[in-house]
Amino acid sequence: MWTDFPLFPEQASSFALKVDGIYFATVLLSVFFAALVSVLVIIFAIKYRRKSPDEVPRQIAGHIGLEIFWTSIPLVLALGMFVWSTVLYFHITTPPANTLEMYVVGKQWMWKLQHPEGKREINELHVPLGQPVRLTMTSEDVLHSFYIPAFRVKKDVVPGRYTSLWFEATKVGSYHLFCAEYCGTEHSRMIGKVHVMEPQDYQNWLTGGVANEPMEVAGERLFEQYACHTCHKVDGKGRGPSLVGLYGKSVGLEGGGSAVVNEAYIRESILNPAAKLVAGYKPIMPTFKGQISEEGVMQLIAYVKSLKAPELTSVE
Amino acid sequence: MATAEQDVNASGYAAPETNYINNGYGLKSWLLTKDHKRIAVLYMISISIFFAVGGLFAGLIRLELLTPQGDFSHSDTYNKLFTMHGVVMIFFFLVPSIPATIGNFLVPIMVGAKDLAFPRINLLSWYVYIIGGALGTIGILAGGVDTGWTFYTPYSSTYSNSNVLIVAFAGFLAGFSSILTGLNFIVTIHTMRAPGMTWFRLPLFIWAHYATSIIMLLGTPVIAITLVLMMLERAFGFGFFDPRLGGDPVLFQHLFWFYSHPAVYIMILPSMGVMSEMVSCISRKRVFGYEFVAFSSVAIAILGFLVWGHHMFVSSQSTYAGMVFSVITFLVAVPSAIKTFNWTATMYKGSIVYNTPMYYVMGYLGLFLVGGLTGLFLSNMGLDIHLHDTYFIVAHFHYIMVGGQVMGYLGGMHFWWPKISGKMYPEVLGKASAVLVFLGFNLTFFPQFVLGYMGMPRRYHAYPDEFQILNVASTGGASVLALGYLLPGIYLVWSIFKGAQAPQNPWGAKGLEWEVADSPPTTFNFESTPVVTEEAYNYGPIEEH
Repeated sequence: MWTDFPLFPEQASSFALKVDGIYFATVLLSVFFAALVSVLVIIFAIKYRRKSPDEVPRQIAGHIGLEIFWTSIPLVLALGMFVWSTVLYFHITTPPANTLEMYVVGKQWMWKLQHPEGKREINELHVPLGQPVRLTMTSEDVLHSFYIPAFRVKKDVVPGRYTSLWFEATKVGSYHLFCAEYCGTEHSRMIGKVHVMEPQDYQNWLTGGVANEPMEVAGERLFEQYACHTCHKVDGKGRGPSLVGLYGKSVGLEGGGSAVVNEAYIRESILNPAAKLVAGYKPIMPTFKGQISEEGVMQLIAYVKSLKAPELTSVE
Repeated sequence: MATAEQDVNASGYAAPETNYINNGYGLKSWLLTKDHKRIAVLYMISISIFFAVGGLFAGLIRLELLTPQGDFSHSDTYNKLFTMHGVVMIFFFLVPSIPATIGNFLVPIMVGAKDLAFPRINLLSWYVYIIGGALGTIGILAGGVDTGWTFYTPYSSTYSNSNVLIVAFAGFLAGFSSILTGLNFIVTIHTMRAPGMTWFRLPLFIWAHYATSIIMLLGTPVIAITLVLMMLERAFGFGFFDPRLGGDPVLFQHLFWFYSHPAVYIMILPSMGVMSEMVSCISRKRVFGYEFVAFSSVAIAILGFLVWGHHMFVSSQSTYAGMVFSVITFLVAVPSAIKTFNWTATMYKGSIVYNTPMYYVMGYLGLFLVGGLTGLFLSNMGLDIHLHDTYFIVAHFHYIMVGGQVMGYLGGMHFWWPKISGKMYPEVLGKASAVLVFLGFNLTFFPQFVLGYMGMPRRYHAYPDEFQILNVASTGGASVLALGYLLPGIYLVWSIFKGAQAPQNPWGAKGLEWEVADSPPTTFNFESTPVVTEEAYNYGPIEEH
């Protein structure tokens, strides 16, 4: 029951417990003061309610001792919290020496991530358990903010400068990755997943894929992973053409001419999207050269081939 | 509106035949008036309209967030809704809310003056506000704006395809109307106090408005300049903020928050002034620790200028700058605590009456406590990394600006309505509205604290499924809240036509507006300049203990 209605996000990094600790302490402090004042006000309201319309209570101008008392207590508490929170802030923003370096580029509206070995991802980040990871980040266009609630980390991603954040994942699993700084139309879809893996699994993931998987299934996975589906929507209303039933057809090209959609055309469109642009679409697709292995491209081609137009499309 | 004959009510009070409301009829007598009270009424009508419009946008936002998918509106539409909700509510409702209405009405009367120092400038401020409002409305009708009320660059200056220029210009103009109001208040409070009205006899409402005016005067020009720089970059490609043009996007945030954080205190200090008046009156007792409450307003205004960087802990600003901003933000808790404790102590051994203003006082205290205390989570750098740009922030600032300022505005309207309109409203409905607003507000915004800590970012059109339950609760609360806001709108207007004539001093309060001015006041407020011989809130002699 309680797990269905959590009040905390998962604690999946070495910061989580520390941040939750200061959060919990601040909650206690707030509840104490809120309760103190509320109870006093309610007691006064009941005890000192007006008994007759012309009642005039004893007048009190003030009390210097009380003023000093309730000025100094909040002051001391506030300064104490400041010290605690600043120590924590320095801890969260100061990476250790042995971090694994990764790179992040934010753009409207996707996260592009790159591992030191050259492996690239979109909207997904695979990281090993128990290994400090440092991200160096920038933006291609507007402000974004890289936010993993389960890790309690966030940092703005700013065009024209590098920002960085680090974390050490402490729990295997998949966690939300959000863009926290408003960045335009699809801001709320600039989200992804962070996958924390055992170090051995991470190594396997870096070097290969999943065995014994039909090619179009692997291709479909890649299609989602690289967020192709956000533009190449099934209903044709996306920013790229729908790929359903496209294989084998001839398409008109921007600037005249036409091309037959075959394996070579699909490969070229993935690696060099602007080369032969379908008429009516803008050259906005990023290149996936170096991001998807040749096997991956083949799997994607297999997936596109498998997308058959449904029988009823002619019924409007 | 008011009856022409002398209206003698049960208390034996004879309202004067001519007052500021019936001294001249026709649209022209209102639109060209130099009477601060009529200008206050003009402002009341205008901000009520903007409040309704901003509230409508809020309702649509809450409808969208009822389900996780983002299926009610297109994401562009949603982005425009929250932007216009923010722009309308902040620039056209919250900033002018108490100062331009209740403040405009009361500042001259409370200091014992005939009018503000510059009556024509006062009227000009309303016209500037209305032109700004009209431009904003044109911008909205022409398709709206989608940058967020914060206009962060380079999205606003380069990437957005919406009506950024006209709406930003509307905000620019609205800023000038508040500069003019602040200027008028400062000069009036300095130079037009009645004989005997020393600084330490001023009602605390005046101290709060004095502090607010300082912020309006010193802060607002900076937002004006900032918006102009952004507009120049957008219109002509001057490179101030977009790195592709050689600018710095974080610079915009510094400039923007240099005004917009102090502006938060424009949106809370006046309500604190209202509270001091009301707490004293419902307890029939002097405000405990007058000087401390007065100077805490000034302290908040000054400290408020030095905390803007707490909006930027994760923006890549210098860590050491962040530390300074953090510690000063923590210090703001101290004057806020001083006020709260002194209000509480004012009720101690008082004579507390259970009327509508009292209900609003209780509600305000509850909401302001939560709003103020949750500020501690956000001045806290280590914690703010997680909370920044989540629903925790949204909840926090609504507790301050809506739970605080709007509660204070409504409470103040109920408190001074007999003075402003000369009419009484139904007490039962007044109390009901206070209860509805309090409950509806908490149900709307408390779940958002939890959502924020769970990690739901703000300004999200669609969201992961696990956040739905709390969003449904929030939307449910918003409907109760809407009812709570609608109710006073109905019975206050009703009271103008059908309400009983108000006595001069229905609450038995102290102060020139209650004891000397009529209900409603005459055009020049007083027959002759009042002479003040006692401290504020002198309900009886002070007894030593």
